[in-house]
Amino acid sequence: MGMDFSTLRTLISRYCVGEENWVDSRTVYIGHKEPPPGAEAFIQQRFPDNRIVSSKYTFWNFIPKNMFEQFRRVANFYFLIIFLVQLIIDTPTSPVTSGLPLVFVITVTAIKQGYEDWLRHKADNAVNQCPVHVVQHGKVIRKQSCKLRVGDIVFVKENESFPCDLILLSSSRDDGTCYVTTASLDGESSHKTYYAVQDTKAYNSEKEVDTIHATIECEQPQPDLYKFVGRINIYMDNEPVARPLGSENLLLRGATLKNTEYIYATAIYTGMETKMALNYQCKSQKRSAVEKSMNAYLVVYLCILISKALINTVLKYAWQADPSRDEPWYNERTEAERQRHIVIRAFTDFLAFMVLFNYIIPVSMYVTVEMQKFLGSYFIMWDDEMLDEELGERAVVNTSDLNEELGQVEYVFTDKTGTLTENNMEFIECCVDGHVYVAQAICNGQVMPGAASMDMIDTSPGPEAREHEELFFRALCLCHTVQVKEEETVDGIKHGIHQGKSTSFYISSSPDEVALVEGMKRLGFTYLRLKDSHMEILNRDDEIERFELLQVLTFDSVRRRMSVIVRASTGEIYLFCKGADSSIFPRVISGKVDQVRARVEHNAVEGLRTLCVAYRPLSPSQYQEVCLKLSGAKLALQDRDKQLAEAYDLIEKDLILLGATAVEDRLQEKAADTIESLHKAGMKVWVLTGDKMETAAATCYASKLFHRNTQILELTTKRTEEQSLHDVLFDLSRTVLRQHGGWSRDISGLSGDYSDYGLIIDGATLSAVMKPVQGDSNSGNYKEIFLEICRNCSAVLCCRMAPLQKAQIVKLIKTSKEHPITLAVGDGANDVSMILEAHVGIGIMGKEGRQAVRNSDYAIPKFKHLKKMLLVHGHYYYIRISELVQYFFYKNVCFIFPQFLYQFFCGFSQQPLYDTAYLTLYNISFTSLPILLYSLVEQHINMDILKKDPSLYRDIAKNSLLRWPSFIYWTVLGVYDAVVMFFGAYFLFDNTTFTSNGQLMTTNTQMMFGNWTFGTLVFTVLVFTVTFKLALDTHYWTWINHFVIWGSLIFFVVFSLLWGGIIWPFLNYQRMYYVFMQMLSSGPAWLSIVLLITASLLPDVLKKVTCRALWPTTTERIQNADKLYRGQLSEFTPLDRRQSSGDRRNMPHPTRPLPLFLFILPAILLSSSLWRWRLRCGPAQLDFVRSSSSRSLSMDRFTRHL
Amino acid sequence: MSRFTANADGGQVSVFNPRQADTQKKKSHKSSFRQQKLPAWKPVLTTGAVCLALFIIGLLFIPIGIALSATSANINEVKIDYTGMDKSSSCFSCWKSSSWNNTCKCTVPFFLDRSFDSTVFMYYGLSNFYQNHRRFVSSRHDSQLNGNMESLMEPSKDCEPYAFRDNKPIAPCGAIANSMFNDTLDLFRNVPTVGDVRIPLTGKGIAWWTDKHMKFKNPGGQDQNLTTVFQGTSRPLNWRRPVSELDQDPENNGFINEDFIVWMRNAALPTFRKLYRIIHKTKKMPTLARGNYTLHVVYSILHRVLHPTSNHISSVPKPLQSDYPVRSFQGRKWVILSTSSWMGGRNPFLGVAYLVVGSVSLFLWVVLLVLHHQNNNP
Repeated sequence: MGMDFSTLRTLISRYCVGEENWVDSRTVYIGHKEPPPGAEAFIQQRFPDNRIVSSKYTFWNFIPKNMFEQFRRVANFYFLIIFLVQLIIDTPTSPVTSGLPLVFVITVTAIKQGYEDWLRHKADNAVNQCPVHVVQHGKVIRKQSCKLRVGDIVFVKENESFPCDLILLSSSRDDGTCYVTTASLDGESSHKTYYAVQDTKAYNSEKEVDTIHATIECEQPQPDLYKFVGRINIYMDNEPVARPLGSENLLLRGATLKNTEYIYATAIYTGMETKMALNYQCKSQKRSAVEKSMNAYLVVYLCILISKALINTVLKYAWQADPSRDEPWYNERTEAERQRHIVIRAFTDFLAFMVLFNYIIPVSMYVTVEMQKFLGSYFIMWDDEMLDEELGERAVVNTSDLNEELGQVEYVFTDKTGTLTENNMEFIECCVDGHVYVAQAICNGQVMPGAASMDMIDTSPGPEAREHEELFFRALCLCHTVQVKEEETVDGIKHGIHQGKSTSFYISSSPDEVALVEGMKRLGFTYLRLKDSHMEILNRDDEIERFELLQVLTFDSVRRRMSVIVRASTGEIYLFCKGADSSIFPRVISGKVDQVRARVEHNAVEGLRTLCVAYRPLSPSQYQEVCLKLSGAKLALQDRDKQLAEAYDLIEKDLILLGATAVEDRLQEKAADTIESLHKAGMKVWVLTGDKMETAAATCYASKLFHRNTQILELTTKRTEEQSLHDVLFDLSRTVLRQHGGWSRDISGLSGDYSDYGLIIDGATLSAVMKPVQGDSNSGNYKEIFLEICRNCSAVLCCRMAPLQKAQIVKLIKTSKEHPITLAVGDGANDVSMILEAHVGIGIMGKEGRQAVRNSDYAIPKFKHLKKMLLVHGHYYYIRISELVQYFFYKNVCFIFPQFLYQFFCGFSQQPLYDTAYLTLYNISFTSLPILLYSLVEQHINMDILKKDPSLYRDIAKNSLLRWPSFIYWTVLGVYDAVVMFFGAYFLFDNTTFTSNGQLMTTNTQMMFGNWTFGTLVFTVLVFTVTFKLALDTHYWTWINHFVIWGSLIFFVVFSLLWGGIIWPFLNYQRMYYVFMQMLSSGPAWLSIVLLITASLLPDVLKKVTCRALWPTTTERIQNADKLYRGQLSEFTPLDRRQSSGDRRNMPHPTRPLPLFLFILPAILLSSSLWRWRLRCGPAQLDFVRSSSSRSLSMDRFTRHL
Repeated sequence: MSRFTANADGGQVSVFNPRQADTQKKKSHKSSFRQQKLPAWKPVLTTGAVCLALFIIGLLFIPIGIALSATSANINEVKIDYTGMDKSSSCFSCWKSSSWNNTCKCTVPFFLDRSFDSTVFMYYGLSNFYQNHRRFVSSRHDSQLNGNMESLMEPSKDCEPYAFRDNKPIAPCGAIANSMFNDTLDLFRNVPTVGDVRIPLTGKGIAWWTDKHMKFKNPGGQDQNLTTVFQGTSRPLNWRRPVSELDQDPENNGFINEDFIVWMRNAALPTFRKLYRIIHKTKKMPTLARGNYTLHVVYSILHRVLHPTSNHISSVPKPLQSDYPVRSFQGRKWVILSTSSWMGGRNPFLGVAYLVVGSVSLFLWVVLLVLHHQNNNP
């Protein structure tokens, strides 16, 4: 079914460029010919040339502009500030520590962006200099594309693309049409027909074209690809003739001319004013929930940083109050320092502390997160399970910023047609005045009344019915916008439609129409082509009937119908109208309404898509009237859409009902399984469709959205007609709440949101609910009541939805008080609004063009791929990134907190604990790669288990891994580790002879360690601890993890050896010289490193294991079980219960190492009870496995029953 | 054109977009890396594994702790406070007096109740001395100390205000060098029949070998006459002798003087000890037998402290205190005699820490076992 684009387009344009008023119109002189005097005086405007500039920078502004762009990012700006502070004041760390990474990041980014921009320049130049043909003085001359000006007449040949936005003047075809494909603009590869201006279509040579004397008035450029209003004034004998111009006359830059030898057209929008150029940067930025919590944490850490610096500054001045401490005899200030004002000194100290602790803000986290997202998104694109062999398409990632949001989805809004269903329409039956016809494969051009149908009323229709029948078939053959693909090149041979029926095929933006026309073909009426405004039909008797196509009243989803006005060869004029039953029946004045209605309803319940067909004979005078109305509306420059709609409304009335059609749209493969999985994963699935309620409901049952025992709540026009909306709403909410409350009290132990309510709401009622009502105090909270009802329903079906309403619903849920994460999935242009509105927008690569895909964040070939996308990829990315974020904060707390503690022992003098190299490289090279790789390859649970047991998704719902308690836990853990490391080293150094026994170079024995050894010791423990902590969190050790984790540690050691091994000539200090080696030559240093690492890791391990034992999450239970079967759980399908219980005894023991040490110390502890435990702990875990796998088994059975 | 339209198609301006290139080839990616199916080891922290780990930690750490504690306890260490704050102390007068004409001497008698059998290390200890203060830590010029002639004549700005004296560069410059510890400590054994016997103290090998031979170098190479090399430089303000006269031994003079090198390694904490001398083990006797000893402290009046109120560094010395001054910052001074073992000097912390962690692990092992046991036996 063709969908309405206009509302959607306005929506897109609103989203993309903001609301703009194009009040002004522009006037274009075709061929730069001044209008004859006496015509309206136009003010000549200046238009830009046809130069396309997609590059961001020029040679001159690159450095300042690029720097500005880069420093707008928080991380870079923070670094810059720190760097500047370091330059200005005397800080503990040299400016190099933050300058070097900053310069590195900035340079690399600048080079990358510069290179990209250079490529863009090159592309721009290629585009701007490619030759175009322009008519000048009656001759076609070549020009560079960029020199094209508004008003030029352009000559375009077949397979060339249009250099700017053009108004078609004439084409090589006599009827003044041309075919165009807009594949590169919106992805729709079908050929679209464009029409030349009627009065100029005859001018089809360069000489003739050059004589055209006309001006075009049109709106100023605007980005909506499908909207255009204009007017052409043609001066014939100085008498202007005005004609309307619409989008059917406008050839867009970027589209390609097809099937037409050549055209002449005049340029109206050029360069950056073309619709394509106006369209090409309009993605709204979506931010994930993880990013938001990341920023919240950052604020907390910023506060910690500032308070740390403040505390230290205050303490410093308190401590220094005694002059002997401030300036002991051995450590005096310089004269300049002494004379500095106390306030300045204090402020400088504060800044110095800030610089010293600045690493607590994990700036490198941003870089790592971005890299993780960018690289991680490749796994989605590479996934073979999301590769559709048929289409040859795989998942596409348009934005990698939302990878983890896929693991957080709470509401799924899905389109029905093309998303849940195949959008592969098959004509099932038609019903003419209550007589049912089915198209069967073996019809041989004969009408085969559907014998199989039980509702068959009459097999031998009377003569009047026969006439209706013929009219009905012709109506379906004529009332459409289907094109015939005239020739298709197969292996170099051109096949026409006559040479073989198999090679001809129909193209339309709506698969329904194709299905209908093909169905008609099977019933004996073949639509051949549209030629010279005449539609040709091959009827049952193999005769060609010609109908002149007079008017097309195009489809839109507000009217939900379309009409054509044709003149038969006999001269009779008919208006044929087809549309949704709800939009046809009210306009019908005669016909067997009741029979047809019954059939339509029957078909709708079966889940078929129904359309009603009606006609209206028009007398010539009526037709004149119609023409007048239409041309009046079409000529309007303002509110043309509205006026057209009004005109259509007036024309499409007094119809005579002919019959109805039924088209089947099959459910997509595994759609039901997917929906069921999503339900189990705790997501609420809403179906938003423009379809009829009955059809949609049937699809919902088939796709397991509603179950047999689902209690359906209806909130439809039918009900609100009987009761007021107010009462209905309160009724429903009472039912839901009472039931729900009672229910959850009864079975409070189980998961609470598996209530079985399904809500059906239709578009009209929805808009009534959403409409803010003034004056009535009760109705103000309709929305709230509605939301309350929805919240308690596991599935909601919204039918009869306009595209805008889809977005409204999404927005309503998105902004409700829990702020759930929403996901919208759809395939058509009508879904774009909700795709843009939802947190995550997913496009299905369907048959209705590429609009949805283009505007989506992710695109998948089929609905079933959503399951893997959410349950596996989403889950993984969420786990990965949350660990990444928490770990980054943790490791920086560990890093900086010892330095904070050290201030208490060095007179608050901002003495850094670690060497500059360590400060700089800690986040860049010692600890960055393991976490990056972790966040790319970690799999805490086997992929197959995630798919099999969707309930695991609930474990991470509501951002559970990044909530404040876990954040505080990680921070406290970081502080604990820091305290252990620092005080461990402190007690080792404090008042004892902590020395190396010095066998390193000579035989001398005792060598005292200084402050750098102290720092190095802490740092070594630190690097090992944080790396081991990550290793403990890693559940999936591939060779990459091994390589990176052990590699980083080795790199740290090697680097330290090198750094201390040479007297570096470029450094002005040699404080690290041999410090690391001397430390390693000391036995106690080794012992304390081992001790401190153990002590640091112990609490976390204990916490993990205790939580796992006492309050295991589903994830952990699965992990245990998986461990039990050594990763074989995925293959483990206990079809036979006995088998698994028999296996129980032979099963490998879950805690195999245990007996080992029980043998070592059997007498020490609880030996008897331990033995008992050993026997029992196996079965307890086994039970779980069995239940989970039997659950997945039953799920499989369900799907098989489908 | 095609490139440009490709951009418009993607909705974003980005010419260099590998993703679009990727979507062009829609082949199946068989690689197990791309399918995230790399073979992997999937460890899970089960109670069993943690129990085992805790048990092993306990099993290893407790013996190590016992060994460490025992070793630490076997190390003889004696700590003699010679600050002289106590009135009965013979150093009291030195601590009090501010005359500078005399080199003040004092003696501190002490009794060793255990004989020190192996090599004994003699340390001096200071407290409340912030060698780790940032201004102090950075107040040195490493390339000067490495024998660079240019740096010798142009001390780094870091050395301020100890960089120049009467427009002459100070060698070695900086606060660290300036405040070098300079009490002379001597050890005598009171042998009843013979009298006081001086104990031979070795000052060689107290600094890091790498420091002495690589990091610290006298300017102008090995064989130069240090007096001429340091011509044109000035001695640090608090020093009585120039750096070229630190020792008679040319191997231990100038920047490579080991006492100097030891001092130049900043301590980590405000209370610290530094190696002063070594008493090497002799073959026959214990190094230090049980008995009475006397510590002789010679406060060579090296130090002259700047007048706190004076704004200019003057060349005229204004001595205020005769010993190494710790009084102004309430510091303490010690001499520590200690033997050593494989784990260095006495260090009770490490042994205790090992014992604590080891026993905590064992305790937790028990707790976990019980917990696990109950968990599976409801």
